[in-house]
Amino acid sequence: MELTLWTYEGPPHVGAMRIASSMKDIHYVLHAPQGDTYADLLFTMIERRGQRPPVTYTTFQARDLGGDTAELVKKNIKEAVERFKPKTLLVGESCTAELIQDQPGALAKGMGFDMPIVNLELPAYSKKENWGASETFYQLTRTLLKEKVSSSDKINPLRWRELGRRPKVNILGPSLLGFRCRDDVIEIQRILSEQGIDTNVVAPLGASPDDIERLIDAEINICLYQEIAEASCEWLKRNFGMEYTNTIPIGIKNTIEFINEVHEKLDLPLTNKEELENKSKLPWYSKSVDSNYLTGKRVFIFGDGTHAIAAAKIAKEELGFEVVGLGTYSREMARQVRATAKDLNVEALITNNYLEVEDAMKKASPELVLGTQMERHSAKRLGIPCSVISTPMHVQDVPARYSPQMGWEGANVIFDDWVHPLMMGLEEHLIDMFKHDFEFVDGHQSHLGHTATNTNNILNSDEKKEKNCKEGIIWTESGRAELTKVPFFVRGKVKTNTEKYAILRGIPEISDETLYDAKAYFS
Amino acid sequence: MSKVEFNKETGPREVFCGLTSIVWLHRRMPDAFFLVVGSRTCAHLIQSAAGVMIFAEPRFGTAILEEKDLAGLADAHEELDRVVNDLIARRPEIKTLFLVGSCPSEVIKLDLATVAEKLNKRFLGQVRFVNYSGSGIETTFTQGEDGALKALIPLMESSNEEKLLLVGTLANNVEDRFKKIFRNLGISNIESFPPRQSTELPKIGKNTKVLLTQPYLSDTVRDLKHRGCEIISAPFPLGIEGSTKWFLAAAKAFNISELKVHEIISPLINRAKLALDSHKEILKGKRLFLLPESQLEISLARFLHNECEMDLIEVGTPYLNKDLMKEEINLLPDNTKIVEGQHVEKQLDRVRESNPDLVVCGMGLANPLEAEGISTKWSIEMVFSPIHGIDQAADLAGLFSKPLKRNQILTSKTLVTH
Repeated sequence: MELTLWTYEGPPHVGAMRIASSMKDIHYVLHAPQGDTYADLLFTMIERRGQRPPVTYTTFQARDLGGDTAELVKKNIKEAVERFKPKTLLVGESCTAELIQDQPGALAKGMGFDMPIVNLELPAYSKKENWGASETFYQLTRTLLKEKVSSSDKINPLRWRELGRRPKVNILGPSLLGFRCRDDVIEIQRILSEQGIDTNVVAPLGASPDDIERLIDAEINICLYQEIAEASCEWLKRNFGMEYTNTIPIGIKNTIEFINEVHEKLDLPLTNKEELENKSKLPWYSKSVDSNYLTGKRVFIFGDGTHAIAAAKIAKEELGFEVVGLGTYSREMARQVRATAKDLNVEALITNNYLEVEDAMKKASPELVLGTQMERHSAKRLGIPCSVISTPMHVQDVPARYSPQMGWEGANVIFDDWVHPLMMGLEEHLIDMFKHDFEFVDGHQSHLGHTATNTNNILNSDEKKEKNCKEGIIWTESGRAELTKVPFFVRGKVKTNTEKYAILRGIPEISDETLYDAKAYFS
Repeated sequence: MSKVEFNKETGPREVFCGLTSIVWLHRRMPDAFFLVVGSRTCAHLIQSAAGVMIFAEPRFGTAILEEKDLAGLADAHEELDRVVNDLIARRPEIKTLFLVGSCPSEVIKLDLATVAEKLNKRFLGQVRFVNYSGSGIETTFTQGEDGALKALIPLMESSNEEKLLLVGTLANNVEDRFKKIFRNLGISNIESFPPRQSTELPKIGKNTKVLLTQPYLSDTVRDLKHRGCEIISAPFPLGIEGSTKWFLAAAKAFNISELKVHEIISPLINRAKLALDSHKEILKGKRLFLLPESQLEISLARFLHNECEMDLIEVGTPYLNKDLMKEEINLLPDNTKIVEGQHVEKQLDRVRESNPDLVVCGMGLANPLEAEGISTKWSIEMVFSPIHGIDQAADLAGLFSKPLKRNQILTSKTLVTH
């Protein structure tokens, strides 16, 4: 039993709903009690969808349990098939139905329908939403394509040449309730098209079962979100020899690497290499002098595996930040996140407990948080600017404007979204210059509004509380006076560093001189 | 009883389960914690319905059952013990802990009553443990409050003191208004259930006169009757008419003259009518379809027809207690079609066929209906907004006139292009 006050991911059947709702001509009969219908609002309210998810809930009640719930399942399947006439039927159960073991999938298969039926077994007591989405997409792909396995030769990625056409790829992974998927797909298709590559199928988002059957018309697969599509890509590789890409095109470097990877796999010459860097404004904006102030900004990152890893790379290599924390709630991607964290010399935080994330955030004392909507709230409480980079989805994560994370435009969006919450370079310089003027209000941060004063209060109260720090080190009058002259936005860091230095050197009292000694030591 | 048409329907539903009521119950009693014993679905449901990300640390949570808990029951009891210990260590200010059963805990027959009993002994004098079920196989949405209140009744001491007991969660400001009016009427001993602090439970007995503020409390009413309480029969205090009759019924139970009631509430009625007029202008003659969810549907239909002159196409309700609702049903126009239960697909067919001007429905259905060109009002807003009483009648009407008004604004050209 695990005490949970809030969870980053829903149960696995919500993942299955994400696949069903993303697609056309599919219906999902879910053996579940009435309360589970809440999940519809994730799609109709958060994503503002104008259609109901294609889901029929069997709505069993306590009084049905003594009787024949299997009959109830069959009745609902029959009605759903008659009413919605799906081309493929998904059948599964939520947590409660899993306990009564009616095996709705087997029941459906015995009802004599012509359409393919996918029996979803999603263990609700050990797995979560992204796993459920991945498993559903995999089972669906497998069901619709398994008959073609033996009859097909392995797909030669170079066959487009012999066929006398442009190479074709599938874009796999984008789904509803995925972070900015709608716009990522447009951006990636545009990039591929510029490179002379056609998109065969995008799935699950917008695809029908017919499209899934057409997946093998493409030469390779683009695995856009590992959380959702890796299992399907792996199966297509094993059974049809279809190669798939590993690079997630978020950030300039990864977008270029992604394009290279696609070209290599298709043996397509990359003709316009030097143009690529200029496709996005991020490299120049990052190089321009105003961005000097971004150097070494301490950033704390937490999100799903795909976005957290990508964010770490962009932060470090493209914006010159210092990554002081990295973590994910995606247990399935823990290994990769740990590896990235190791490269960055930080310890990876793998947890589904937002309070643990908040604690880690507090300890890392970052200047910027990149996280989920929950980290945005935690950061707000701590007075730290934050930008949202990952699911779970919030209505604000489905903006009206075109706002991808991937590709060139994605890099532009990321630059703006991450940098705007911070103080701009010139502004920071001016505040530093004028900070001794009487008009200057300590703690002023134009982009943070009233929360800025909170930061200041936190630091001040910390100072009062910890006038003598834990190890018995005393801040003298001169030391404290000097500390107040340090710009507020680095004061916390200077304080910690000075104390660290004092402990290291066994200095019992911190004076103004100790501050300068520590500064020299750490620079 | 007026000639109302009663229908029953079964099939797939689109409603919340009783766990959802935790969202308003935990706010009513800030010293209580609601611990759902359930699955990740339960946790996800409550956070999705409540949008709880605004809280630092909410006063509700879920002890999520894992595979190892399902393997052996004894284990599950120990695990729950551990979770409760952790929770109390973390939140020492908690005075009452509700152990809330869910669909999975009911199906595996996890005996929360026994767990609560054991914990009560261990934490005697520190925390009280109460258990009830908010499971979706037994309860719909507001019925969760019914379960929670019923579970508190055995903790209420007996007293033969004469008092008026308002039963059902009210917004604090509305509750204060009601108490003031009752005091003006000459009723001085007034208490509320649930109270604002979980430890301040009212004492009850044969001189307790219960006046319901909410229509979804069937089980609570039954148990209060068993404790000797007198249940005042009245419509519910929604709108001017309902509230007036509600005050009158209470006054009668305390032998206060009708004249006195009218003297006190007439000024309120007059100003409420004035405030209602602008909304009535929009709502008059518009056709209304209510889908089942909160059990407030019948009272809302009565208000929107009788006071706002809307036409009723269909009044859905998840559950109908004809006895508890008889005063309301009597006020409905003839031939009102009440449908208890739901087959959501068939009901949506009827919505489309009847082409209503406004549909009251859950959040899962609102945008899809809007996309089809049908204006909607989410029913969950009724349980989060102060809508009770004469002074709130115009606000209540406003919840329904707003979507229509907005529609009007967005579809009309009011500014000339120069």
